[in-house]
Amino acid sequence: MQPGSPTPTPAKSAHAGDSSARHAPRGLGLEFVDFAKRYGPRFALRGVSLSMSPGECVALVGANGSGKTTLLKAAGLLIRPSAGRVSFSHVNANGAAADSGSGDNGAGSCAIKRSIGFVSHSILLYDELTAEENLVLFARLYGLDAPEDRARAALEPAGLAARAGDLVRNFSRGMRQRLAIARALLAGPGLLLLDEPSTGLDRAGQQWLGATLADLAAGGCTVLMSTHGAGETNSFVTRAIRLAAGSVVEDSAVSGDARAMLAAALAAHEEA
Amino acid sequence: MALARPIGILLAKELRTEFRTRELLATTLVFVLIVLVLFSFTFDPTSVESRRFGPGLLWLALLFAGSLMLHPSFTREQSNDTLVALRMAPIEPVAIIAAKILANFCFLLLAEILLLPVFAALYNLHILPVLGRLVAVLVLGTLAICIVGTVFAAISSQARMRELLLPLLLLPLLTPALIASAEATAGLFEEQPALAPVWIGVLAAFDTIFLTVTWLFGDYLLEE
Repeated sequence: MQPGSPTPTPAKSAHAGDSSARHAPRGLGLEFVDFAKRYGPRFALRGVSLSMSPGECVALVGANGSGKTTLLKAAGLLIRPSAGRVSFSHVNANGAAADSGSGDNGAGSCAIKRSIGFVSHSILLYDELTAEENLVLFARLYGLDAPEDRARAALEPAGLAARAGDLVRNFSRGMRQRLAIARALLAGPGLLLLDEPSTGLDRAGQQWLGATLADLAAGGCTVLMSTHGAGETNSFVTRAIRLAAGSVVEDSAVSGDARAMLAAALAAHEEA
Repeated sequence: MALARPIGILLAKELRTEFRTRELLATTLVFVLIVLVLFSFTFDPTSVESRRFGPGLLWLALLFAGSLMLHPSFTREQSNDTLVALRMAPIEPVAIIAAKILANFCFLLLAEILLLPVFAALYNLHILPVLGRLVAVLVLGTLAICIVGTVFAAISSQARMRELLLPLLLLPLLTPALIASAEATAGLFEEQPALAPVWIGVLAAFDTIFLTVTWLFGDYLLEE
């Protein structure tokens, strides 16, 4: 951790006491049906069929190039399927599952995107803007009330309040990653997509992320993340899915043990 | 109205980042200035020659400067994959392109405003009597460059050899707009200045058609 960057503290789930999130689904479920994505002649994903219930915490494991990032992008409506579909559902006020749509049309897509947070390999932030300006920009794009207050409230738990006015290009790798996570949590997502979120974080940062995700999971947020099996973020994982060559080859919900799969993924990663 | 808000937010972001770095504006200004100064030495700037060559040279300089300026408008979103963050935001994708078009239009128009007195001085042209009509031609012509240029900058930013691809796509498509802009500008520097309605009509139609096409296909332009 850099000097001037206080220890981050777990972010409270934005679902609690948040006017804009109160009307949003608590957790967003998703279902892939025969989903395939092809780039030229190469299949990044082929025939993926799986469903996640609202509130589930799922870890995606697999070797590099197995399709983890593509699956996360598909869940984030960033890529159009070559075949199949992805659809979303939420738990309504009566506790019953309700269809949220597939994001195929503009209005439906916007409503679903409002409930999705994404932490990518890249930080998805502007180097030429300050930390606060970045968060205010996205708070405005998400139509949140009092964007400046929301931005400051998001910087505090990430341990970046003291550096709010600094340009992102002057941040260390760990600080950039914490800011990227703060951006993803800004709108109180019902579905959080994380692509190896521990990358660049020191031990304190990993503990913060683990505690933050545990808090979100307790609040009913659905989490789908790619991981190599190590890190604090795995402690609350309830299900693990292993991908190989773009297909699901193992799912702890069907057979196997999530912890054992994560341990095997870590061993394979360290061996590689 | 649903589009106006995200366009306004993103336009403000574009203006803030540009005025903080001044990368595009500085490049454009220096490039157009060099071209205008160099060309002014290649012939005797008498009134007749200036009237004949000046408008064409001005639009040629603006086209090349525009293609220089337009290229980074999407490629600089790639350093931290910020375009992914914008595409994930609950806004229509066409709002992202519209904000880029407006930002590029503002930058190029600002460069033109700063360079117009230099152009008039170097080429011995009297722009004050025709200033209003000249601004109308500049606005329509610049809009044409920015609409087509921004759309193709978005397409080419995801391609290999993107630096080569943008001018290759841009120059042939912009030819009608450039001819109309140069002809309309030349008409303003005749001994009896006149703005030919036909060229203004061509420019207005060009802008309308490409804006509509951008509106219709905006959702597909930013996809991987």
